[in-house]
Amino acid sequence: MSTTPTGIIGEFTDVNVVVQVAEKLRDAGFRKWDIYTPYPVHGLDKAMGIKRSILTYISFAGLCGGLTSALGLQFWTGAVDYKLNIGGKGFFNWQFSMPIDFELSILGTALFTVFGLFHLCRIPTWYNRYQDDTSFHKATDDTFVVTIDADDDRFSATETPALLSDLGAANVHLVHSSVE
Amino acid sequence: MTVVQEHDRLQASALGEEPIREELILGNPSMRDVTARIASIVESKITMKYLATLSVTGAMAAWGLFALYYTVTTGIGVWGLNNPIGWGWDITNFVFWIGIGHAGTLISAILFLFRQKWRTAINRSAEAMTIFAVICALTMVLSHTGRPWLFYWLLPYPNQMNMWVNFRSPLMWDVFAVNTYFAVSALFWFVGLIPDLATLRNYVKSDIAMKVYGVLSLGWTGSTRAWHHYEIAYMILAGISTPLVLSVHSVVSFDFTVGILPGWHTTIFPPYFVAGAIFSGFAMVLTLLVITREVLDLKQFITLKHFENMNKIMLATGMMVGYAYILEFFIAWYSGSDWERWIFVNRAFGDYAWAYWTMFTCNVVSPQVFWFKKARRNIPLMFIISIFVNIGMWFERFTIIATTLHHDFLPASWGYYSPTWVEISIFIGTFGIFLSLFLLFAKFVPVIAIAEIKSIMPGAQPSHHHHHSHDSH
Repeated sequence: MSTTPTGIIGEFTDVNVVVQVAEKLRDAGFRKWDIYTPYPVHGLDKAMGIKRSILTYISFAGLCGGLTSALGLQFWTGAVDYKLNIGGKGFFNWQFSMPIDFELSILGTALFTVFGLFHLCRIPTWYNRYQDDTSFHKATDDTFVVTIDADDDRFSATETPALLSDLGAANVHLVHSSVE
Repeated sequence: MTVVQEHDRLQASALGEEPIREELILGNPSMRDVTARIASIVESKITMKYLATLSVTGAMAAWGLFALYYTVTTGIGVWGLNNPIGWGWDITNFVFWIGIGHAGTLISAILFLFRQKWRTAINRSAEAMTIFAVICALTMVLSHTGRPWLFYWLLPYPNQMNMWVNFRSPLMWDVFAVNTYFAVSALFWFVGLIPDLATLRNYVKSDIAMKVYGVLSLGWTGSTRAWHHYEIAYMILAGISTPLVLSVHSVVSFDFTVGILPGWHTTIFPPYFVAGAIFSGFAMVLTLLVITREVLDLKQFITLKHFENMNKIMLATGMMVGYAYILEFFIAWYSGSDWERWIFVNRAFGDYAWAYWTMFTCNVVSPQVFWFKKARRNIPLMFIISIFVNIGMWFERFTIIATTLHHDFLPASWGYYSPTWVEISIFIGTFGIFLSLFLLFAKFVPVIAIAEIKSIMPGAQPSHHHHHSHDSH
């Protein structure tokens, strides 16, 4: 395994420490790095300098799409394409369309939210450059795992490990990809 | 208690967050213990007891499916329906099952928005029950169409007959409401599961299990960049599920209220149905969780505190349905309509009085014991009451349907309805389907939301004053 490293890993166990580490790495100007945690840590995203998620806009688009389809569907089928007189009721009224307007708005929002989430999180992706590393697996158990990718401009195979160790990381080590 | 912790506690009280008065997780486990405990259920060998239980529920399901097959191949004449009673156990069971589904969404969505931390231990299993109950409800409503192979006629699709569905019909609204509910509940459940499936992927030893959980977890890593979007997605899903859960049973009640029949045509139905749905759902969740907690030994996570809270909700919603039962009589009298008045007198004292009073006793009288803290924390007692409520809520739907239909406007056509063995078998079958799916869920899926439990453990979240950039309060 004398190939060039693909990244570096360090482990943390104290949640307060990891938030400070995130701020320091952010301020040091790293760009291709991440912190893997077993559960969402409040404020860690801000400490890492992650911008506000655009997911809310995607969800809102889903709501608009659902509502428009519901109104369009009920209006076009009932009042344009197939006018069926039932007890003299209107061919289209917003009142009777409300239940389906509501349900399809919800459905549109839900579908856009979930698939928008998948898109933003880049899932499904059944590959990760750290996947064979045992430290990395602890991130779904009880450890906060900091990674810095080797293709980050500020990455250095000698200085970055020292930086992570100084910040208090345990088990700092370079990772070499098993897939070439 | 350190100065920092004390400061946090005071700050939390000042912000209106109640300090936790009773531990929600007993025995102070570490995060690794939590992972190991939940994963051990998945990793453990399948026991004979489990297989025996699964074969009993599987046999029930098979028997019900046979009865369904018999119905579909012969026609719904094999049911006890007649003129004037066109709806019987089919719609009773449909409303019963869809109602059961409501507790799951209430726990996962509404209690999430209200920041009720105790929901965390029970939301996963309650959401699973929602999905399984809706599957049973869909089974009932499909078979009741008589020719279920033409189910797609209910959907608006361009066809050679040049016809469209009638959107003015509440039955059409129901198709949209129930299917949306199923889809959104399933998505919500799956999104909640992704991080826990990833935890199992990294934990299990068997190669096949690792591959299956690996594929299902979609390659989730726990990246903060992903959690960042994930938390917003979860919040949005909870936000839209809240009005959704209120709408579904309202739309189900429109199936009755939009009709002009006495006993059905009342404005109280939507809130009354929603309260009843949550009531019955909590009863079913309680029934199954008392057993699950015992069998899977989850006493550490599902505590008496959880049960007590659920019993309080049952008491509250039970009082709401009780209020609705009584108010219905007042409105019938106040309407001045002879038909309306007569149908309610008939409901309480007519042919189906036995069903009415069974309902009233089970739903209104029996939960009153939960005024007492001792009763709310007594597991055998709450188990019995939850069974009573399950029975009572089934009878509520039966009473509403049968009493209104069996005596219509023309006395010459009055009738009485009893189910045949086929309908009873289908109902038993839906219980078989529901319980079999739940057993499979309890064995192969993390029954407790691992990541959520970890996020509320003491010391899991950073104390606020350590870092300057975070000021979300």
